[in-house]
Amino acid sequence: MARIRFRDVRHAYPPPKGQEPVYALNEINQVWEDGGAYALLGPSGCGKTTLLNIISGLLTPSEGEILFDGKEVTDLPTSARQIAQVFQFPVVYDTMSVFDNLAFPLRNRGMDEKLVQQRVEQIAEMLDLTDNLKKRASGLTADGKQKISLGRGLVRSDVNAILFDEPLTVIDPHLKWQLRSKLKELHQQVGVTMIYVTHDQVEALTFAEKVVVMYEGIVVQVGTPVELFNHPRHTFVGYFIGSPGMNVLPCSIDGGQPVFGKNLLNIESRIKGQLQGKLEVGIRPEFVEFSDDGIPVKIEKVEDLGRYQVLTLTHESEIIKMVMAEDQTVPSENPRIQFDPHHTKVYCDDWVVEEAVNE
Amino acid sequence: MVPVLVLVAFNAFIPLMTVVNYAFQETFGDNVFFWEGTTWFEQVLRSPRFHASLIRQLVFTGMILAIEVPLGIGVALTMPRKGPWVSVCLVLMALPLLIPWNVVGAMWNIFALPEIGLLGYTLNSIGIDYNFTNQPISAWLTTVVMDVWHWTSLIVLLCYAGLSSISDDYYQAAHIDGASRWAIFRYIQLPKMKRVLTIAILLRFMDSFMIYTEPFVLTGGGPGNTTTFLSIDLVKIALGQFDLGPAAAMSLIYFLMVLLICWAFYTIMMRNEEQ
Repeated sequence: MARIRFRDVRHAYPPPKGQEPVYALNEINQVWEDGGAYALLGPSGCGKTTLLNIISGLLTPSEGEILFDGKEVTDLPTSARQIAQVFQFPVVYDTMSVFDNLAFPLRNRGMDEKLVQQRVEQIAEMLDLTDNLKKRASGLTADGKQKISLGRGLVRSDVNAILFDEPLTVIDPHLKWQLRSKLKELHQQVGVTMIYVTHDQVEALTFAEKVVVMYEGIVVQVGTPVELFNHPRHTFVGYFIGSPGMNVLPCSIDGGQPVFGKNLLNIESRIKGQLQGKLEVGIRPEFVEFSDDGIPVKIEKVEDLGRYQVLTLTHESEIIKMVMAEDQTVPSENPRIQFDPHHTKVYCDDWVVEEAVNE
Repeated sequence: MVPVLVLVAFNAFIPLMTVVNYAFQETFGDNVFFWEGTTWFEQVLRSPRFHASLIRQLVFTGMILAIEVPLGIGVALTMPRKGPWVSVCLVLMALPLLIPWNVVGAMWNIFALPEIGLLGYTLNSIGIDYNFTNQPISAWLTTVVMDVWHWTSLIVLLCYAGLSSISDDYYQAAHIDGASRWAIFRYIQLPKMKRVLTIAILLRFMDSFMIYTEPFVLTGGGPGNTTTFLSIDLVKIALGQFDLGPAAAMSLIYFLMVLLICWAFYTIMMRNEEQ
């Protein structure tokens, strides 16, 4: 068990000859609390797997250091870090039984066979593998194999953290949900730090207490699922989380208020000072509603998704998505919309202008 | 279906039937045959000469398998898995396999000649009494070393292919689980190589059990009969002595032995797989 801390971690893979290195990770400064359930969320190539490999010790960062409970481990090999990892494709020792698979990490560390037996049985019980203990591991289904991988991490009482690298990729959809709730349950039961890498927002949001959203090598926001939804700090978070994602529309500022097209928008408090850079206003489709006066729009498309409808609207050349309850009706003439002022945010160069608001 | 049947008939069934024809009959030419029943088979199976070459054959095959399999695995394990050296290693490894068999025999014959061959001359000049043309032990050693040189590459390449199919995740998981080098070999590498290794051992068994060209060119089965393996003996009987009946019977026995051993080995290996 450990609290994991990154101090100015940067990493660049060796560039092709004669080219400048490109940083896959840029300035990571994070503290992850012991016993937390974290999800690293981001698109392919955002650096989440690089960060995971730095934690596990497979990669040494080009710059910066990583600390477990205040102890520096930057240069320690994987085996000295007491880390467990579940990979994208299940890794089991084919020739061994399920029992031997689970016992393997303990036997390698020279544990007494009686204790091994006890510990393995206990973990098998937790993972519902008791009936399969005598079977050959290669005969199990993909989700069973992932459970074994996870179990090999759980049997050790000394693990600092369990890392998951997109562990549900090869699992059947109906079992995904089951395995995910199992993971959550185990986390509560065992209390070990779990770090879960995924590009699937549903997986991240259901598994984690804290979601770490990464984009182009930087951590753009760390927060609970609710925080990420209500207060995206970066346009990418708004766009990546939520379905459909946040509307990000160009704007200008007039008297501390954003102006979209020719429409003055209300926000919680006025923006002070001058802003330099690309200005945008962000509003989630859930907080767009029809009103008698407001921004005139054209309705392009209405999609009925069962419990709610998704509307695609246009104002001049800008596309605005809107989510509407199933029982509401679409106005037939001159539709106009307004944005909920509490959820309308202004972004400058993709970062939220919030500090100015709270001054 | 028909083309396959025709092909099999011409390249396997008809030649085999000719052999069967000779194995049960006696002929003095002019296409005149006399029925002999199982006489030739009994004769071959009772013959001390056949027993002696069979034992030589088994010892030879056993020896080369015992050397080539572990050596091949060992070399495959030490070969680089990525980088520019991979292709260099692969080409070097494939070289011996590309040399025609009689050339291999001729090469080693010259290489090992005691007076002028690099190997033979060097060994003698450092005080080792070596002459494969008149010492049975030297002849055996040379034959075995030649086969190891020629064929270990095959096992290396097959094992290397097996090793390359193991994803990095397995090694990483093993490090995380604290596995030793031996445990990684025993529980990850060996199981992943099992299928290719089965094929490799089968191929090496069949080829070495039927070996002819290389020892024929190198030693001609000598000195005396000390390196006369089954196929060399068979050719001596069939073409040297023109005893077509016993030679045909011996061919069939030989064929059945290869078939039986391969089948047994394959069945055992694959049964383990299913468990």
